Amino acid sequence: MRGSDSSERYDMTSVTDQAAGASAGNAAKQGIPSAAVPSRTVPERSSAVPAAGSDRELRLDLFRGLALWLIFVDHLPPNIFTWLTIRNYGFSDATEIFIFISGYTAAFVYGRAMRDRGMVVATARILKRVWQIYVAHVFLFTIFLAEISYVATSFENPLYTEEMGILDFLKQPDVTIVQALLLKFRPVNMDVLPLYIVLMLFLPAIIWLMQRKPDLTLGLSVAIYAVVWQFDINLPAYPSGVWFFNPFAWQLLFVFGAWCALGGAKRMAPLLSSRITLAISIAYLIASFFITLTWHFPQLGHFVPRIVEQWMYPINKTDLDVLRFAHFLALAAVAVYFLPRGWAGLKSPWLRPAILCGQHSLEIFCIGVFLAFAGHFILAEYAGGPWIHFVISISGIVIMSAAAWVFSWYKRVAAKSGTDAKSADANADLAGGGS
Amino acid sequence: MKAIVGLTALALMLMAVPASAEDPPHASCEVPAYLLTTESKLPKVAEAIKTDQKLDILVIGSRSATIGAPDGTGFPGRMEAALREKLPSVTVNVTLQLQVKKTAEDVAKEFDQLLAGKKPTLVIWQTGTVDAMRSVDPDDFRTAVDEGVAALQKTGAEVVLMNLQYSPRMETMITTTPYIDAMRVAAQDREVPLFDRFAIMHLWNETGRFDLFSAARGLEMAKRVHDCLGRSLATFVIDAAHLKPAEPGTQR
Repeated sequence: MRGSDSSERYDMTSVTDQAAGASAGNAAKQGIPSAAVPSRTVPERSSAVPAAGSDRELRLDLFRGLALWLIFVDHLPPNIFTWLTIRNYGFSDATEIFIFISGYTAAFVYGRAMRDRGMVVATARILKRVWQIYVAHVFLFTIFLAEISYVATSFENPLYTEEMGILDFLKQPDVTIVQALLLKFRPVNMDVLPLYIVLMLFLPAIIWLMQRKPDLTLGLSVAIYAVVWQFDINLPAYPSGVWFFNPFAWQLLFVFGAWCALGGAKRMAPLLSSRITLAISIAYLIASFFITLTWHFPQLGHFVPRIVEQWMYPINKTDLDVLRFAHFLALAAVAVYFLPRGWAGLKSPWLRPAILCGQHSLEIFCIGVFLAFAGHFILAEYAGGPWIHFVISISGIVIMSAAAWVFSWYKRVAAKSGTDAKSADANADLAGGGS
Repeated sequence: MKAIVGLTALALMLMAVPASAEDPPHASCEVPAYLLTTESKLPKVAEAIKTDQKLDILVIGSRSATIGAPDGTGFPGRMEAALREKLPSVTVNVTLQLQVKKTAEDVAKEFDQLLAGKKPTLVIWQTGTVDAMRSVDPDDFRTAVDEGVAALQKTGAEVVLMNLQYSPRMETMITTTPYIDAMRVAAQDREVPLFDRFAIMHLWNETGRFDLFSAARGLEMAKRVHDCLGRSLATFVIDAAHLKPAEPGTQR
């Protein structure tokens, strides 16, 4: 996810704006989990006809899929495609969308499990999911190590002697690998899964409280967020510093997603359909777009009053700056307004790949990280240049979509042959997933 | 929104076109003019050039200010050569103080010592790499740079900040953006010019001017990159000092 920072380019807000939006959008419109919303779960799915999912909230899948693509593109070295990612058009980026939707779907799926089967079973299932994510993370770390070790022995450009110093950690694998297993050593691009692991660990408690006192839970989350900002709390990282995504701050988005899933969205519906909300959101998006422009065109910088600059900067990603959170909310509000729940475009075959990717988010996320490593490697070892970049970006997205299609196919086949109960469990896990 | 997006992309592409027409000496380095201009000024540098015909520059840098080759091949030496060429009637002296493996905060503590007995007109502070490699808290880094610049200014010197190198190979390992942002903010706060080494090298890599991915072990490319960096830096300083090309003693 760090890649998402790496450098900055412009473009095509529109698509992803809506992405963010829709997630909340559907949240807003669909409201109550149990009845109204298509569960990402069980029976429909095992009924083998995918269209049975007509009930299923495709907007969530769509925008999570798009977020996964954007994360992949942001993890590659900056290239023309990077301009297409939303972080160049405003404060927030694909990470916000991703964490929000993950909170939403996880709360929805496991919330239902908790109601139907009780706290213990639901908790066990969540822990199983946490374990899967952890294993995925360690797997990616292994691939990363392989790549880095190769680079360390093959690359000696005198221009970068200083930067090569970062590879010194390879000289003490004992420490490095243990720190990685403890989630303290997280190379670039490998920050999202540890964040997700921590958030998921707290999920049982969040859902339990949320089902009783939703507003209190959200209030607590905001309070924790405030305390974190006040006292600078974060988890330590290795070799120094803190987690790039502070879980105690980012929990706000995750819990907010859960709150929306468990009824909050429905209550916010009147607010979200108001034109005033829409106007405020659009004004904020435009302002933030302009500020972002000044990063790319410093000449514009002097249009920004000094006092605003002093108040605004730095816009802190680690602790989920309020400006970023607000930007996400604005995107969401706008998307909710313009993208209705039953939007016909969702059935379009053009959006199918993104939707499929969103439905298998953990797998696709891992493939994306792996492909980003592979892309780096190809660029470094064989060829650079904008065209190769372009080809790598496109092929990456195609591979992710193809993989998602295979997963869907397999799941369908497996569901047909398995017993209902079994497949139901499996599906719930996958659904809750969404790394 | 699409229109805005399209226009933005178009504007970007236009800006990315190297400023070859106006700036022939640097055409070979392909640095667009907007990366070589700044709103912050260097009046004392201008004064020193005009009145004293003398310009003393101190570069405080980390390992990436050199390329492990004979003196004069790193960007400080190349800048000196370029300035002497552009300002033939001025005595230009550039000295380099290497501060290896030290964060901005560590280096700032050494300023008194580094500047002892020297009265540079201009201090070019190249920093950020070590902080990024050690994942120093970006806020702390910004504070350190901010206070470091203030301390330098207090000695009577003018300051130019220089940020990190663009290093495509290391992108998966070093997070640079927060540090680049922090330096931008600090430069704005203290109204000092920021030489955007990262953006310039990034552009070179993108346009194919230099293949920074290259695994070549030789010094050849490193020398050429530093030559271009040094020359661009010279142009940047002259621009910030507001010396018009037409003025006596300067030539472009």
